Amino acid sequence: MQASVSPLSTPLPPQFTTRSNSNLRLCGLRKEAFGFRSVSQFQNRGSHWTSVVSRKPRRRRQLVFSASATVADNGSVPLTTFDYDLVIIGAGVGGHGAALHAVEKGLKTAIIEGDIMGGTCVNRGCVPSKALLAVSGRMRELQDEHHMKALGLQIAAAAYDRQAVADHANNLASKIRGNLTNSLKALGVDILTGFGTIVGPQKVKYGKVGLSDNVVTAKDIIIATGSVPFVPKGIEVDGKTVITSDHALKLEFIPDWIAIVGSGYIGLEFSDVYTALGSEVTFIEALDQLMPGFDPEIGKLAQRVLINPRKIDYHTGVFASKITPAKDGKPVIIELIDAKTKEPKDTVEVDAALIATGRAPFTKGLGLENINVETQRGFVPVDERMRVIDADGNLVPHLYCIGDANGKLMLAHAASAQGISVVEQLTGKDHVLNHLSIPAACFTHPEISMVGLTEPQAREKAEREGFEISIAKTSFKANTKALAENEGEGLAKLIYRPDNGEILGVHIFGMHAADLIHEASNAIALGTRVQDIKFAVHAHPTLSEVLDELYKLAKVNPHATKPLNEPVAV
Amino acid sequence: MASLSFSSSVSSSTPFLRPSAFFLKPRSISRLPLVRAKIREIFMPALSSTMTEGKIVSWVKSEGDVLSKGEAVVVVESDKADMDVETFYDGILAAIVVNDGETAPVGAPIGLLAETEDEVAEAKAKAAAQSSSAPSAAAPKVEESAPVATKAEAPAPAVAAAPATPGKVVATPYAKKLAKQHKVDINKLVGTGPFGRITPEDVEKAAGITPAPKANVVAPAAPAASAATSAASPAKAATSFPEIPGSNVVPFTTMQAAVSKNMVESLSVPTFRVGYPISTDALDALYEKVKPKGVTMTALLAKAAAMALVQHPVVNATCKDGKSFTYNSSINIAVAVAINGGLITPVLQDADKLDLYLLSQKWKELVEKARAKQLQPQEYNSGTFTLSNLGMFGVDRFDAILPPGQGAIMAVGASKPTVVADKDGFFSVKNKMLVNVTADHRVIYGADLAAFLQTFSKIIENPESLTM
Repeated sequence: MQASVSPLSTPLPPQFTTRSNSNLRLCGLRKEAFGFRSVSQFQNRGSHWTSVVSRKPRRRRQLVFSASATVADNGSVPLTTFDYDLVIIGAGVGGHGAALHAVEKGLKTAIIEGDIMGGTCVNRGCVPSKALLAVSGRMRELQDEHHMKALGLQIAAAAYDRQAVADHANNLASKIRGNLTNSLKALGVDILTGFGTIVGPQKVKYGKVGLSDNVVTAKDIIIATGSVPFVPKGIEVDGKTVITSDHALKLEFIPDWIAIVGSGYIGLEFSDVYTALGSEVTFIEALDQLMPGFDPEIGKLAQRVLINPRKIDYHTGVFASKITPAKDGKPVIIELIDAKTKEPKDTVEVDAALIATGRAPFTKGLGLENINVETQRGFVPVDERMRVIDADGNLVPHLYCIGDANGKLMLAHAASAQGISVVEQLTGKDHVLNHLSIPAACFTHPEISMVGLTEPQAREKAEREGFEISIAKTSFKANTKALAENEGEGLAKLIYRPDNGEILGVHIFGMHAADLIHEASNAIALGTRVQDIKFAVHAHPTLSEVLDELYKLAKVNPHATKPLNEPVAV
Repeated sequence: MASLSFSSSVSSSTPFLRPSAFFLKPRSISRLPLVRAKIREIFMPALSSTMTEGKIVSWVKSEGDVLSKGEAVVVVESDKADMDVETFYDGILAAIVVNDGETAPVGAPIGLLAETEDEVAEAKAKAAAQSSSAPSAAAPKVEESAPVATKAEAPAPAVAAAPATPGKVVATPYAKKLAKQHKVDINKLVGTGPFGRITPEDVEKAAGITPAPKANVVAPAAPAASAATSAASPAKAATSFPEIPGSNVVPFTTMQAAVSKNMVESLSVPTFRVGYPISTDALDALYEKVKPKGVTMTALLAKAAAMALVQHPVVNATCKDGKSFTYNSSINIAVAVAINGGLITPVLQDADKLDLYLLSQKWKELVEKARAKQLQPQEYNSGTFTLSNLGMFGVDRFDAILPPGQGAIMAVGASKPTVVADKDGFFSVKNKMLVNVTADHRVIYGADLAAFLQTFSKIIENPESLTM
């Protein structure tokens, strides 16, 4: 019924609206590293069917309204008055982004947070990890005698104070949390404290555990409850010697030897931190190669730079079937089984184990059963417009889910972008987010970044859809600025269609790769083609000339070149 | 017989740089596979985790001798034993780099082995270069880093803890990397890290390279303070004594050096002493009876001490970290023996469990081995309690120094006829000996030691239980 009233045209080609299998694999990878979590625990107070039944007449009216809303411009006075135009459950980066945009669009907005403002990203994810990585990057540089000598610097032995490093991460998180909270308050977003539960259509209750609940109504609701670290069964997390990223970011102890289960973003970043601070690392990866999901060429180079020369070894193609924390005078013991045959393969004894096997959506206690929504492996099913799909495959009116909780792309900035996309729709402008334009980065030293498809994904798509692809590559060794920094190790890679100049993917491994990727992600988002962007000017000497080089290397069929805009005289 | 093996690498002008391996056994034979290299270095092996340098006792072979694999080439003196180093390769002993009587750090090349006549000259030139740069075998060459793996096949008893998975070699990632880089066989190393794991330091030691500085963790201490201490420390190092004309300086043997090191270390332990007079008439009578069966006084005393220790486990305990008691599960009585200008403490393991006759037999074997310098490490460093007896010299009492790693040592004086008055005032003459126990007061207190001595004296005075 809802579907029938939204015959809006899709502004992007269909392949962008439904994600292919290979894309999902990419998601899976990204799941591991980013994403955020806003509510640590929901209270499931049981069913509220009675109230739903009693509201039945109103529900019908709302459906009528929603139908009219898509036809008429939004802003028409609703037939019922609500406490808020928009209530967002979860104040992580996704909820925050949505709230800011909602206020800008004139919506009366509230945000419910049951745990701590800022969610995973700010408190237990991207933000504190960047503080640790900032330290590890400097440590690494100062310890690299060869590098220092090449620059003509002489440094006495570099040393660090663990507590001060941990404090830096913690202070950064507090500061960002404060900024985020203040920005919401300053804009007039109501912050409602407590765990939010959907009790019926357009109706949310919230409150602290054991205290009386408050119920608010909202024209639209966005679920943005994020995720928590995923711990496979058989692994006993004690928070001391067997830990997740939540514990590791507190940097309470630096083991001599730590096993990192999972070699995705989280694992890789922590290996960078731990090895710089003097630990030795053993990776345990279920797939046959480390860093699955990265473009293979980038992965290979990254392994040569980030793994092989460091105090790291690895076991691939194995699952950690059982991990026992250190106790009774024994080290942490990890039992490995073959990922395919499930045969016991080896045991590993280490001082600590970090579980970085990805993140699980945090959607329990949301009251989804009250509105006939079933999660899939915990994820809230949504369509390409983040509209929640119920158990019968119908769209649930006025209910959206963004961020890690829907599992489309578990990255903080993806959640925020999804939130903004939802608000655009709520305020009358159809919008479908192009997930392939969302960049991802891994903040190792040097950094890894990517946007769009990997080479195998692009080849698969090209074969399926019958077009050619071409690759352009350049090394950081050819970049003046990189050489000035004595950081020539790096590769940038452009995957594009030679027939029309479309950019399919860009992958960068090298100094400041995370900052460099945006030129490419913007190009993809805006549909800029290689033959257009190659005329854009880059300052010299800068690292961004690496991308300039890529565009210039690309060979696009001249017939595809559309006429450039006439230069504007200034 | 346990053997010690080590591999050594080869430095050669050919691009091949392969580890060769030399088996090390106290006077015995062994061999290993062939490696494609022209000139191999023979390295100073590490015979124990504490050994940092070794002394060449003698070269069994001379320069130019043709060697076949398994032949003993050189005898190396470690802390307590002399070991034969045997070649795994056929070849010609081209050059001796470290001569008889000289010492070399573990991992340093001590000789060169050429595969054929043709390489002998080249090897000699190489040796000349080496000995000129390093007279009595100094630092190992870094550019041709000298990998040597060591392992005491018999488990080194002192090693803290074994891996939780028995029989598994646990090495840290960096240790494995280094081992690969320096061609050290990780399976032949004994880990000194936590849980018996092989650390990068173990590999570096085996490869004879100076450990790279670790990532530094600092407490937020005032840097000035540390600078001050480091500046102060070298100052006190050199104390000079007035030279007396005509004096003759004889360097320590390796064994003497080990004794010296242990004695200085012992100063860090707070010890105290308790003496006790014990009547030995009954013991002497028993000794006369069992002597024809090969029982020695040492065995009797060791057995008596072991039996007393069973009842006083704290006296058999050690304090390893200054924070805890380490109760030893077995009672291993080390007995100090003066030998060849040195001192060694062969250990009677499980002395409480073996009967007197077995113990005596075991003791005889140990003494023979000690004289032949063939004691295996676990035969001299696994003691939990030490017995020292100077009674045979007529010494009536003395004071022993507690060896590091043990809780107590018993010094036994001579048994002498002594006039004693009993509680009724009657005089009589009885044989009495004075025993004096030195103990670590961190774990063993006065009353513990007194009670132990009381038990010990009861056993000596009623020695029938010793024969049971």
